[in-house]
Amino acid sequence: MALVILRRLAQALITVAVVLTLVFLLFSVIPGNYVSSLMAEKRGVDPAVAARIAASLHLNDPTPLRLWHYFVDLLHGNLGVSFSTQQPVTEMLSGRIFASVRLALAAISFAIVTGLPLGYLAASRQGRWVDGVAMVFAVSGLSVPAFWFGLLAMYVFSLQLGLLPTFGYGGGDLAHLVMPALTLGIAPMALLARTTRAAVLETRNADFIRTARSKGMSEGRLVRKHLARNAFVLILTMIGLQFGAMLGGSVVIESLFAWPGVGSLLIQSVGLRDIPVVQGCILVIVLFFLAVNTLVDIAYLIIDPRIRYK
Amino acid sequence: MSGTEKMTERTEDVLRIENLQIALRSEHGDDPAIEALNLSIGRGEVVGLVGESGCGKSLTALAVAGLLRDPMHVTGGRILLGGEDIAHLPNRSMRSLRGNRIAMIFQEPMTALNPLMTIGDQIGEMFVLHRGMSAGAARKAAIAALDQVQVPSAARRIREYPHQLSGGMRQRVMIAIALACDPELLIADEPTTALDVTIQAEILDLILDLCRERHTAVLMISHDLGLVARICRRVAVMYAGHLIEEQAAGQIFATPQHPYTRGLVGALPRLGRRLVEGQQPLTEIPGVVPAIGDFGTGCRFAPRCPSAMARCREAVPRTTQLPQGGRIRCFLHD
Repeated sequence: MALVILRRLAQALITVAVVLTLVFLLFSVIPGNYVSSLMAEKRGVDPAVAARIAASLHLNDPTPLRLWHYFVDLLHGNLGVSFSTQQPVTEMLSGRIFASVRLALAAISFAIVTGLPLGYLAASRQGRWVDGVAMVFAVSGLSVPAFWFGLLAMYVFSLQLGLLPTFGYGGGDLAHLVMPALTLGIAPMALLARTTRAAVLETRNADFIRTARSKGMSEGRLVRKHLARNAFVLILTMIGLQFGAMLGGSVVIESLFAWPGVGSLLIQSVGLRDIPVVQGCILVIVLFFLAVNTLVDIAYLIIDPRIRYK
Repeated sequence: MSGTEKMTERTEDVLRIENLQIALRSEHGDDPAIEALNLSIGRGEVVGLVGESGCGKSLTALAVAGLLRDPMHVTGGRILLGGEDIAHLPNRSMRSLRGNRIAMIFQEPMTALNPLMTIGDQIGEMFVLHRGMSAGAARKAAIAALDQVQVPSAARRIREYPHQLSGGMRQRVMIAIALACDPELLIADEPTTALDVTIQAEILDLILDLCRERHTAVLMISHDLGLVARICRRVAVMYAGHLIEEQAAGQIFATPQHPYTRGLVGALPRLGRRLVEGQQPLTEIPGVVPAIGDFGTGCRFAPRCPSAMARCREAVPRTTQLPQGGRIRCFLHD
């Protein structure tokens, strides 16, 4: 088990290095840098001042050199300093990571708590109207753009019904969390419902379920002891992937709801070409994805004896 | 003399299927899948049920165990277990019979066991369900049950998972589960088909030995007439939902009466008879078993039958007694 985790960590390290290098190279290839976006924003910046800023930020250094400096700093735990605010990137991120993870946790909880029962219900009424309604619901959840759903929810729950605050973090109360979490969780919920339905149907037709039936047990015991765990093995990967991708996926939702998370910071920083901050945000998103998937792998080691002995 | 013996046997039939009808529910009503099936098994008797895939053997077995799933359902007839009709029992009563008085072994030992549950728990579950044992007592009983099917170091094995066992070992576990509660009837649905030839005989002997000791009646379902004729006392042959012939095992192999049974016997390779060209060739039965709903009006075997007559295509033959004992559903004997 320790060996598996160690191997996962090594893989994660390589992934992080590759992703960061790619992002870095991407930003040196696309036109425009911090100074050009500054000049576009505030017309009339003295070219001499612009040149001095560029020099002080090492923007004119050759790309390999800048990449080298970036990785050396990174190894010292230094994510650099924001071009625009002059704040250390680690400091800017620290408060926002918690907000983003909180939102992701709320969203995945919603997706699991509603998606799994919905999928199970659809599977156990396969071909009946409940199944049809649930699956139409699931497909709509997948095809409706999240930001549109968010706007709709804002209109209905805040403006018309006045039940929930429109946007913002609001000092971390639950009321502010509800709408962003639902908006972010709706697509994963739909996907989990579909996955669960398929997993339950597949498991229900398995030979060992027929064996369990031939033993003469109640339907409840059959589901609890034989069906649920086997079906869950098929669903767990999807939960992990959805949860892991949530920090990256929340970029639009965070901006929409003015949620002070990593995603909204990323959007601002990309606009400003504030590369150190962009790199920092992406590092967080990638690390979160890798951490969640490593946890899922460990969960599999615990749940499924077949994997333990491989 | 043998007649009176037969009479006493009949009175203590463990299983007696009378005029069983099973149908497939479809949009335009019920399509018959099994019609007018009669079969009985005495205490401790081993009866074979033979036929090609899709002829209704497994359907019959599932009906006896009350495991038919929609859209298949029993539309008529009786299934008597120890004299009590179980064809229309409510679910709850059927559950207390299943596993307890009627047990099943299936074809695929590789997939028939729950991959996430230890062997011990899967065997022990039987004692928890039908004997009301505690988890601890069930574990002890599971070790004993595993010991009985000759799995070495059973006390250690019960902590293992199915994937750690070979196919033969898994089938032994299935047997341990099936016989855990001393059932009166064991339905073995192709129990050795998926196993290595070298292990097949071991597993069969194990099933037969254990059942002989306990006087458990066995319904042995197989497509292998040779195997069934070797181990069973009586053999019934099914074709497209009809029971078409039943004879004592020795006779059916030596003197098959129904053209379909003759076809099955002719298709069997026999050891020690060299297949020189033109001498004793293996024959095959041309065509395939018709699907449910495609049975037509006449004898269901008529389209493939080498001796089919005009009347065979017009009406279904009735079941008649054979002079040497047994019965047949064929116009050649009507």
